[in-house]
Amino acid sequence: MGFYADLLQILDSTLRLSTPLLFACLAGLFSERAGIFDIGLEGKMLIAAMASGAVAALTGTVWMGLGAGILASLCLAAIHGVASITFRGNQLISGVALNFLASGITVLVAQRLFGQGGRTPALSGDARFGEIVLPLTETLRPVPVIGPFYADVISGHALLVYVALLCVPLTWWVLFGTRFGLRLRAVGENPGAVDTAGVSVIRMRYTAVLITGILCGFAGAYMATALQAGFGKEMTAGRGYIALAALIFAKWRPWAALWACLLFGFFQALALRPDVVENVLTVKVPVPALDALPYVLTVLVLAGFVGKAIPPRAGGEAYVKER
Amino acid sequence: MTTNPAIELRGISKAFGPVQANSDINLRVERGTIHGIIGENGAGKSTLMSILYGFYKADAGEILIGGQPVAIPDSQAAIRAGIGMVFQHFKLVQNFTVLENVVLGAEDGALLRPSLAKARKLLADLARDYELEVDPDEVIEELSVGHQQRVEILKALYRQADILILDEPTGVLTPAEADHLFRILRGLKEQGKTVVLITHKLREIMEITDAVSVMRRGEMVATVTTAETSPEQLAELMVGRKVLLRVDKTPAVPGRTVLEVENLRVSDADGVERVKGISFSIRAGEILGIAGVAGNGQSQLLEVLGGISPATGTVRVNGDAIDLSGRHSNGQTRRARGIAHVPEDRQHLGLIMDFMAWENVIFGYHNDPAYQKNRLIMDNAGIVREAQAKMKRFDVRPPIPTLQAKSFSGGNQQKIVLARELERAPDLLLVGQPTRGVDIGAIEFIHQRLIELRDAGKAVLLVSVELDEILSLSDRIAVMFDGRIMGERDPAATNERELGLLMAGIAGEGAAA
Repeated sequence: MGFYADLLQILDSTLRLSTPLLFACLAGLFSERAGIFDIGLEGKMLIAAMASGAVAALTGTVWMGLGAGILASLCLAAIHGVASITFRGNQLISGVALNFLASGITVLVAQRLFGQGGRTPALSGDARFGEIVLPLTETLRPVPVIGPFYADVISGHALLVYVALLCVPLTWWVLFGTRFGLRLRAVGENPGAVDTAGVSVIRMRYTAVLITGILCGFAGAYMATALQAGFGKEMTAGRGYIALAALIFAKWRPWAALWACLLFGFFQALALRPDVVENVLTVKVPVPALDALPYVLTVLVLAGFVGKAIPPRAGGEAYVKER
Repeated sequence: MTTNPAIELRGISKAFGPVQANSDINLRVERGTIHGIIGENGAGKSTLMSILYGFYKADAGEILIGGQPVAIPDSQAAIRAGIGMVFQHFKLVQNFTVLENVVLGAEDGALLRPSLAKARKLLADLARDYELEVDPDEVIEELSVGHQQRVEILKALYRQADILILDEPTGVLTPAEADHLFRILRGLKEQGKTVVLITHKLREIMEITDAVSVMRRGEMVATVTTAETSPEQLAELMVGRKVLLRVDKTPAVPGRTVLEVENLRVSDADGVERVKGISFSIRAGEILGIAGVAGNGQSQLLEVLGGISPATGTVRVNGDAIDLSGRHSNGQTRRARGIAHVPEDRQHLGLIMDFMAWENVIFGYHNDPAYQKNRLIMDNAGIVREAQAKMKRFDVRPPIPTLQAKSFSGGNQQKIVLARELERAPDLLLVGQPTRGVDIGAIEFIHQRLIELRDAGKAVLLVSVELDEILSLSDRIAVMFDGRIMGERDPAATNERELGLLMAGIAGEGAAA
């Protein structure tokens, strides 16, 4: 059973590590489906992580931290919106600039507040999201195979893990079952059609960008108050980019986004356990190779090896009324 | 009910910076009629209709719908006032179904399902009443252009439009599709709807409208009853002077064979075969017109012959085979062989819009020793002088070589390209859509130049989606459909109906292999 125990452990970390990816990926999905490319997921996660870590440390309440994280992320989202929707700026440049801004300002603020070299103090107790033990965990544990899987993999995560998972069907329903979703998808494909139908392109796109901000806030807050116990410099470590890669891998679809994020989270979990990888494959795989896997897969998708990834057609273009 | 006109515009004016697009426009469109609005490019037709649909705000003036003054600040208000608009470039979401496109923006509630169900029922009724059949579950990109246009009309009717404005609706249709559209429009008229048809095609105006308003340089110059006017009178009103509508030409005197194409095959970037083994030839002193609905391989044919994309098969010019692999040839080597190319898409392939006219006048011939001062430096002053002379000869307005290409109107841009290609007296001229987006006055000029080139003993390959143009210029007509030549016809012995059938892929006798 040693291998199964290892596997459960890896799957357990997979779920934990997939959660920020999933939040960020769904965040990007809303924005890009509305035609606004957002390379600034990373920056929004980072600033949310710092804000939530700091506020949770100062107030001792994780909920205040979560709120602060969402607010901070919303601020960056709003700047991205103003730059790329109102002023029709280049969306990639705006996103990159915001990433730089977040990278610098998080350390600066954390240092000014706490003087711990750009970190926020370690969180404990109510200042962190605790692990939730799902009902029936102990009852089911003796059941072979399924019991330990339920107890060790499914149960025992922070609330936000389950929230992230619930966001998948929710996003799917919003996108394909509601008026808002229809208009959101339309505005990313052909804003002219939305405009001539008498719906405001600007308002739709701002709404989408703000939803992105909220979801990135969740992603960042999860990083600082659940996955880790506090904010550390550059703690998102490229997860915003991996989430973008997952979004492309998933071809901008919510359920596929779930599987892509779980897959990429699984790679990250493997990178934490090179010993298990070595035992299974009988060769030593360098950790950087595992880290690179999500990007390699994304390049393969973009190159057309795994079906065709067609981005929303109006993506990246500011809308200008034309006759 | 009332005698109030469906639309009444009073004193509408609109300026874009220094350009007065509409000045003091008055218009009365009677209820239950088909009203044509005709005018050259830039005459202000589209601006006027955009004001009516809430895209632009008029600087001055008043809009009355059914006798009531209304403010139309946005499209939502226009829709509320009962106005529906079918744009020249459809405003459809390509990967949505027909149903989703119809419902978009006119949903009944926050949930989609009930709206879609209601739309499905209504669409079935509309389809029956107006010959507007279209599969509600089909995705737009799978539909033909004619069907996509029906979806646009359905969108307007679903929003209970009483007034339907169509902007250049037949530009992308086959003659058969256009006939169907006209049947639909007549049906709408019988049901008491008002139709406004914006077009530059005089024939359509004569065929279907009850009244027609003519615009020229931002002003409404006349509104006449269609039955009491003639195409000649309308053309004169549009341009402000007498225009020759028919091209004057003598019978062709074909000489030796200049271009021979054998079993030419072209595949696009996705590996889809777009030209499927065509063969034809052109002799000196004749114009071969290629008719067809856009997207049936004509563009690829031009690009291959122009040296822009690769192909397989054999092409001989003046008896010598030319390279089709693309490895040893490009637009410049083609020009060196006496093949000049006036591309279909002049703004992307024909000109560099940010460059000045004099630079554009020598592109493709810029390595000519005559343009070099020495091995390093070009003789710019000389080029500018020459460009100016060419622009004068081709009546480019204004004839200022230092203006950027993008600051000329469509017709004058085309004249710059023609000046570059024709002044070299090529053996073979490839010309695609020579008068797309060009004013009537300039069309006349361009057609005359093409005939002159032919009479000078040159071969011309003319690709155009305008059947009138093909019929009036060509000495022989080949019709392309789905990458093949459906047949060749003598322009004197054929008509639009026959060509239209070929364009729709219905083969007649004499189809070329």
